[in-house]
Amino acid sequence: MAPGVNQIPSDIAPERRREAMGLLAKATRSELEQAWAALPKRPEAEPVRGPETGLVMVRGRIGGGGQPFNLGEVTATRASVRLQGVVGHGQALGTDGEKARLAAVFDALLQLPEHAPAAERLLAEIAERIEGEDTRKARETAATRVDFFTMVRGDD
Amino acid sequence: MADTQIFSGAFAEPVLAAQSVFRTVMDCMARPGTIGTIAATARPPQPLGVAAGAVALTLCDHDTPVWLTPQLARSKLPGWLSFHTGAPITGEKHEARFAFVEKEAVLPGFALFSPGTQEYPDRSATLVVEVDSFEDGRPLKLSGPGIRDEAVIAPQGLPDTFVALAEANRAMFPRGVDLILVAGDRVLCLPRTTVIKNREA
Amino acid sequence: MYVAVKGGEAAIANAHRLLADRRRGDRSLPSITIEQIVAQLGLAVDRVMAEASLYDRAIAALAIRQSRGDMIEAIFILRAYRTTLPRFGYSVPVETSRMLVERRVSATYKDLPGGQLLGPTFDYTHRLLDPSLLRDEQVEEPLQRDGEQEPVMRVSDILAGEGLVEGDGELPAGHVPGDLTREPLEFPMARDLRLQALARGDEGFLLSLAYSTQRGYGNNHPFVGEVRMGEVEVELDLPELGFAVSLGRIQVTECQMITQFKGSVKSPPQFTRGYGLVFGQNERKAMSMSLVDRALRTDEFEEDVVSPAQDEEFVISHSDNVQATGFVEHLKLPHYVDFQAELDLMRRMRREHDERSREEPGDDTLEAAQ
Repeated sequence: MAPGVNQIPSDIAPERRREAMGLLAKATRSELEQAWAALPKRPEAEPVRGPETGLVMVRGRIGGGGQPFNLGEVTATRASVRLQGVVGHGQALGTDGEKARLAAVFDALLQLPEHAPAAERLLAEIAERIEGEDTRKARETAATRVDFFTMVRGDD
Repeated sequence: MADTQIFSGAFAEPVLAAQSVFRTVMDCMARPGTIGTIAATARPPQPLGVAAGAVALTLCDHDTPVWLTPQLARSKLPGWLSFHTGAPITGEKHEARFAFVEKEAVLPGFALFSPGTQEYPDRSATLVVEVDSFEDGRPLKLSGPGIRDEAVIAPQGLPDTFVALAEANRAMFPRGVDLILVAGDRVLCLPRTTVIKNREA
Repeated sequence: MYVAVKGGEAAIANAHRLLADRRRGDRSLPSITIEQIVAQLGLAVDRVMAEASLYDRAIAALAIRQSRGDMIEAIFILRAYRTTLPRFGYSVPVETSRMLVERRVSATYKDLPGGQLLGPTFDYTHRLLDPSLLRDEQVEEPLQRDGEQEPVMRVSDILAGEGLVEGDGELPAGHVPGDLTREPLEFPMARDLRLQALARGDEGFLLSLAYSTQRGYGNNHPFVGEVRMGEVEVELDLPELGFAVSLGRIQVTECQMITQFKGSVKSPPQFTRGYGLVFGQNERKAMSMSLVDRALRTDEFEEDVVSPAQDEEFVISHSDNVQATGFVEHLKLPHYVDFQAELDLMRRMRREHDERSREEPGDDTLEAAQ
């Protein structure tokens, strides 16, 4: 049995966990490493599966909204760990096994009341960075928007 | 919430273990009737046996729909297979590439599983069937490719209809299903090419 | 017949060593890094990813470096690499309508919700060599502007409001999307499988076919409803959790091509559509794909197959450049025995021909006259 198995996992809502996993997938390796290093107590994470790299077949939709079709594959890496009796899953595009493992660790930490606040801080940090990048990109794109104006020729 | 039975019990060294099990199964498939020993340890959820679990971890993946007997389907096995191999579970026998039958379960008719097609005989099912033991059962005489002259096996726990089932399966060649019998940590293969007859006492 | 001939091991080993040397080139220059290829040759990386049918910028860049910039060789290397990886599953279909748009233009509507967003495009450049790039000059930061909060509406939805355009592609209920990486190709094929083949097809081949349809070999009169490029989320169902999670984002280019259709017994006059979706930023490929997709839909619109671009077997069987290069390039491998047999046959035919003309002079001319 894993140590600390008697700790009761928090009842995290599936929607919040889904969102958190999405953010952890978009974290950079160094964001995860720094958050891990900053933890006052670093519980041991026992590997359950992986890290392993594989392929996900990306699907599109015919015409953009019709029947699905297979567009092509993308590399993805996933890992599952057991930590203080809960299982965390990490998965992200690319081939970085350590990133997937750390994402799994933080997914597990999020389920433990003792560690959830630290995990939430990391998630907020990732969300803020992504929002900043998206906003900058959107503003750069907006600067290339065409403003049409009509030329009027001759007399009326 | 974390389901220990589903998340544990896979190979400790997935690559080496799968290679070793694959080698054993391949050798047994090439020499029907030979009994091989599965060296790698898998701990699948009950009531699936250890050898069957190791075969599942080695051969099943995302592209191989798996059919399970009603009892296995009610166990933790579907979640275990899905997590560790990615294999989808199907309730339709003809869709399955692999089928698992635990000890003492009713052996389903082979004809319900996909025998492949004349063009693609490889699109067939492989049945992994657990028996009580490879000794002291009714002796069966094997002949065909991979067997010099003949071999004799005596698995215990196969139904009386087994020889007839195997004969009907053999008649469809090149189509047909392949069988992997397991008992404890041991394995014995009966591909569709093998002629199986009751040995006169 | 194949006869094994041994030998050449040393020559092969030395050739590989020479190749490595030529790849590295002048040692007094710094070696190009993977990061530099990803950042500065991004469209080459995108093309390799699209035609390899494998999205991974770092690995595509590595393949480009390894292949000395030979794109088809790089694509080949990625195709080989992907066979070493297990398949985790199929993603939830990406939602291009929710794309984080970096470029979107429409040739059919001037003012449309979301506007014409040029983004990082070569369009409107003068295609004059830029000598400033000879030096490592400072590049200005892009300008920023407040964007409008309106969504970038799909042009097909605008036309659909009037009922003048066919819907997004539908297939019979219960249709499972075909996957050419799993099952051998069989003709005729459904549109989903064709799109998968086209998405990985050779850009040059598809471009030429698309061009042929415009020149009259395929009877098209197309408009770009819209081209959009940007990032979409890739979500994967996790059975152990019972929901789908995002794995991150990928960049794709999408083209909605709109074509006039006079109507048939089955359908009224309306605009029909061709669809293109490609990994990375590559609108030439997305546009070509959409034109060829439309040309191949002859069955649906009861059109006669009169041009190469409409011939499904011709297009799909020859669009894959890894297959094509394999079959063309294998010709340079030893065919010594084959050719020896051909040579013997040719000598015999010539001998018989010569004997015949000696025996029956004038016979040839007689045959020719007949």
